[in-house]
Amino acid sequence: MADQARFADQAMEYMAPLYSAALRMTRNPADAEDLVQETYLKAYRGFGGFTEGTNLKAWLYRILTNTYINSYRAKKRRPDETALDEVEDLYLYRRLGGLEAVTAGRSAEDELMDFFTDQQVKDAIEALPEQFRMAVLLADVEGFSYKEIAEIMDIPIGTVMSRLHRGRKALQKRLFDFASQRGLVPDGMVDPNSESGAPAPALTE
Amino acid sequence: MADGTDGHDHSAGSDHDHASTPCEQALQELYVYIDGELTDEKRSTIKGHLDDCNPCFEAFDFEAELRIVISTRCRDEVPDSLRTRIAQTLAEPADHTFDV
Repeated sequence: MADQARFADQAMEYMAPLYSAALRMTRNPADAEDLVQETYLKAYRGFGGFTEGTNLKAWLYRILTNTYINSYRAKKRRPDETALDEVEDLYLYRRLGGLEAVTAGRSAEDELMDFFTDQQVKDAIEALPEQFRMAVLLADVEGFSYKEIAEIMDIPIGTVMSRLHRGRKALQKRLFDFASQRGLVPDGMVDPNSESGAPAPALTE
Repeated sequence: MADGTDGHDHSAGSDHDHASTPCEQALQELYVYIDGELTDEKRSTIKGHLDDCNPCFEAFDFEAELRIVISTRCRDEVPDSLRTRIAQTLAEPADHTFDV
């Protein structure tokens, strides 16, 4: 049994990550605020049923996810079961992996950090179909384990893994497309053999 | 470098069922490795390969660093209005029997 009076002490520190996740889920600041508030209210009321010492963060995300699915997604007619394009492994690495070699001495992290803005990364995640978006968000942004994600989303671990696999590759393609559209990709960096990659809108032929 | 990998084949054309080379096997476990979800045995097999194979190491390193960038880039400032709303929500008596 968790003491409800201590809820605020323990749960407030997760407000920022919960709000970020809510923004990525709802893609709308007003809905995100409502969603987080509702999550805190439900968690507060239900805190007596939370076992102290277990994973509070995962518990809060489960409430957030369920609330989103039940209340917010319902506004939309059908859950987007959109099939994702098949994207090859190492999609971004094959195209941008040479970046750090261009400016010697800098790590790939430094280069990529400069390369993509906050908004591009957020847009790329928000553009993913929902079931992939949630998995990628929980794993790559929040760092939950497969088991935790399985519990939060109430799906088998194998499903978590396949959604992550496909979602991450799709995310890489979107990131690259953003960069290409904005002319950020250096000429020599565009993959010469990207036959399966971007549709390459009417280049020469 | 992204390609021209010293004879190491990082081609994605290979099917998962036919991961014959150590490079292909490593690539197949890329995400699970970075996620820290492999068994110790598989983990050390891949780590051993990455120690020996620079092209694979570079690719894994890129993916790991991309992960850091994605998570760092996905933070948002919580609006004061939301903090206030939540503070008010939690101040309301949910089942007050003992409060002053």
